[in-house]
Amino acid sequence: MKDTMPYETVLSVRNLIKEFPMRGGLLGGEVGAVQAVSDISFDIRAGETFGLVGESGCGKSTLGRSILRLIEPTSGTVMLGDKDVTAAGSEDLRQLRREMQIVFQDPMGSLHPKMTVSQILAEGLRLANLPRSELTAQIARLIDMVRLPADMVDRYPHELSGGQRQRIGIARALSLNPKLIVLDEPVSALDVSIQAGVLNLLEELQSELGCAYLFIAHDLGVVRHISHRVAVMYLGRIVELAPVQDLYANPQHPYTQTLLSAIPRADPRLERERKRIVPKGDLPSPMDPPPGCRFHTRCPKATPLCAMETPPLAAKNSADALVACHHPGPVA
Amino acid sequence: MNTLLETKDLRIEFPAGDGKWAEALCGVDLSLDPGEVLGIVGESGSGKSIAMMALLQLLPKGARVTGSARFKGKELIGMAPSRIRQLRGKSIGCVFQDPLSAFNSVLRIGDQIAEAITLHDRSISKRAALKEAERLFELVAIPQPAKRVSQYPHEFSGGMRQRAMIAMALANRPELLIADEPTTALDVTVQAQILDLLRDLRKDLGIGLVLITHDLGVVAGLADKIAVMYGGRIVERGTTDDVFYHTAHPYTAGLIGAVPSLDGDGPLQQIDGTPPSIFNRPAGCSFHPRCSYTQPACQAGVPSLMNTGHTDCACHFPLVKPRAEVAE
Repeated sequence: MKDTMPYETVLSVRNLIKEFPMRGGLLGGEVGAVQAVSDISFDIRAGETFGLVGESGCGKSTLGRSILRLIEPTSGTVMLGDKDVTAAGSEDLRQLRREMQIVFQDPMGSLHPKMTVSQILAEGLRLANLPRSELTAQIARLIDMVRLPADMVDRYPHELSGGQRQRIGIARALSLNPKLIVLDEPVSALDVSIQAGVLNLLEELQSELGCAYLFIAHDLGVVRHISHRVAVMYLGRIVELAPVQDLYANPQHPYTQTLLSAIPRADPRLERERKRIVPKGDLPSPMDPPPGCRFHTRCPKATPLCAMETPPLAAKNSADALVACHHPGPVA
Repeated sequence: MNTLLETKDLRIEFPAGDGKWAEALCGVDLSLDPGEVLGIVGESGSGKSIAMMALLQLLPKGARVTGSARFKGKELIGMAPSRIRQLRGKSIGCVFQDPLSAFNSVLRIGDQIAEAITLHDRSISKRAALKEAERLFELVAIPQPAKRVSQYPHEFSGGMRQRAMIAMALANRPELLIADEPTTALDVTVQAQILDLLRDLRKDLGIGLVLITHDLGVVAGLADKIAVMYGGRIVERGTTDDVFYHTAHPYTAGLIGAVPSLDGDGPLQQIDGTPPSIFNRPAGCSFHPRCSYTQPACQAGVPSLMNTGHTDCACHFPLVKPRAEVAE
C-alpha cells in the first residue's frame, strides 16, 4: 500500500470504446456487437501503479491492449503525455511504442523460443540504433537490472524457469526506458513463492526508474500490494476507482464489496468469523449486458432506477475516489 | 472412529532412462477420518496431486508405486483394476481443476451423471438415474435442475460446470471426495460459492474431503488439518490453526509470508530460487538451497517429521523447538 503523490499525467484515456462484431445467422453476417470496453475514462500519473481488477470477461485485458493499439479501439482517445496514440499513423505509433510497453501473462508464449535471451533483448533495442559494443553493455545492464545472473544471455527461453522468463519479459519491456508499462496478469502463472520475488522486483524497478505501471490482474491481494490507485471493472465498465487505501478499507460500490468479501484469506480465524457477500446468480453474458447499471441484476441494493439509468463514475467522498452507483455507501 | 484413508510411506517413482528411477513422492504418511477435511498444500511439482492419483491408480503407465494406502482398511496399492474401478466414482469421488475436459462435450450432462450412477448399480433404470441427477443438481444449488440436466457442457458457465462435476462426484454417495484445485480456474466470486458448497456438503453429508491446492486462503477456511508438501515430501503437517499460527517449517512460513494480504504492509517475503525438479533433488533437506536458515547439517541428512508441540515438522532447525520424534 502506498501514498498517492502530487502528479503529472502520463496516460489519459477518454471515452474509450472497443466493440467486437458478433456474427451469426445463415450467412454469418454481422448481427450486433459486443462492447468489451464501454466508455472508459481515466488517467495514469507519472511513476504510479494503476491497478485494474475484475473477473474474467470484464474487459480488463481488452482495455490494456486497446490503449497500446495492439487491438484497434472503436472510438475514444488515448493520450500518452501530449501525444495522441489513437490518431498516430503507423510510423508515429512505432515511435510511441518505445514509450509504452507490455508484459504478458505467459512468459513462454511471449518469448521467441529460438532466440537467446540476448537476441530477445537486442530486438527491442534495435529501435534505439545503438552501436554493437554499447548494445552488449546495455543487454548486460538489463539482465542485471532484473536480478538475473550475467550468464543468462546465451540461454534459450525453455532453459529458464517461469519466474526467470517473466524477468526477461520485464527486461525487454524496460529496454527502451518507457514511461508506461502495461503488465497484463504478470504473476498469475507463477507459484506464490516466485510471484513474491517478481512483485518485489517490479516495485524496486519503479522506484529506480520512475516508470508508471498499468497493472492488470484478477488477484485483489496482488493488486492491493503493488498499486497506488485501483479501478474495478465489471462487464466493460469501471464501477469504482479510488486510492488503494480507500478502495480496500472503505469500498463504496456493492460489486467491489462483493469481490473483496469473496477472497479467501490465509488466516483460519478470520475465515471462520467473517461473513461473505455472495452475489446472486451468474455473470450476465457480455453480449447482452443488463440495461442501466450492469450490476443491478446481482446487486443487493438494486432499485428500479438502477435498471433504467446508467450511473456515471463520479466523486463521492473525496475528489480522488470515484464510484459509479446510484446507492453507494459502506457495506450494510 | 475408523480411519477413512491412511497412507504409509507412499512412494512414487518414474523411469528416468538408463534403468534409473526418479522419485516423485518420497514416502508420504497421511490420514483422514470420516467427515474430516485434509488440505494438501504445495507448489507445482511438490507431489501434491500425484499422491492422490496414485491411490486411485490414475498415474501414467510405467510409474512405480510402493508403500501402503488404505481406504477403510482396504489396501489400494496393487489392487486389481476391476476392483479399483468399483471404488472410483462410487466410494471415492473426484473433482478436478478443469471441469470442461472432465465432461464429454457431445453428451448431455444429465446423461453423463446418470451413466455414472447406472455403471455402479445396474438395478437402477435410466429414468430413475436421470431423476437422481436432477436431485443432485438441486443439492449443489444449480438453478432449474430439470432443464439443466438435459443441457450440454458448453451451455454451462465455469462455475456451473464445476457444480455439475461435484454433483457427478457425489452421484454414488461417496465417503471420500478428492478435490484437486477445484476452484483454481474460477473467478473469486464463483470460487466463494463453490467453497461454501463444499463446506455445506461436508456438514450435511459427513463425507471426508481431501482438498489439494496451492492457495493457502482456500485451505484456511475449509480444512481441519493441513499437510504442506515440498519436493515430494510432507515438510509440515498439523491442525489448520497450528500450521498457520505455530508454523515451524521455514518453507511454510515463507509461503504464508509470500501471499499478498488484504491488510498487511511492507515488502513480500520472497523465496529465492526455484522448486527442485524430480530428476535433480538437492541432497539432504530438499529446501536447503532456498532456505534462509540453512546450515551445513541441512545438506547432510533428510530431516524426518518431528513433533514440535504443535505441528509435525521435517526440518533440522525448525522455527519452533521440537519435542519428540513422530512415531512411525
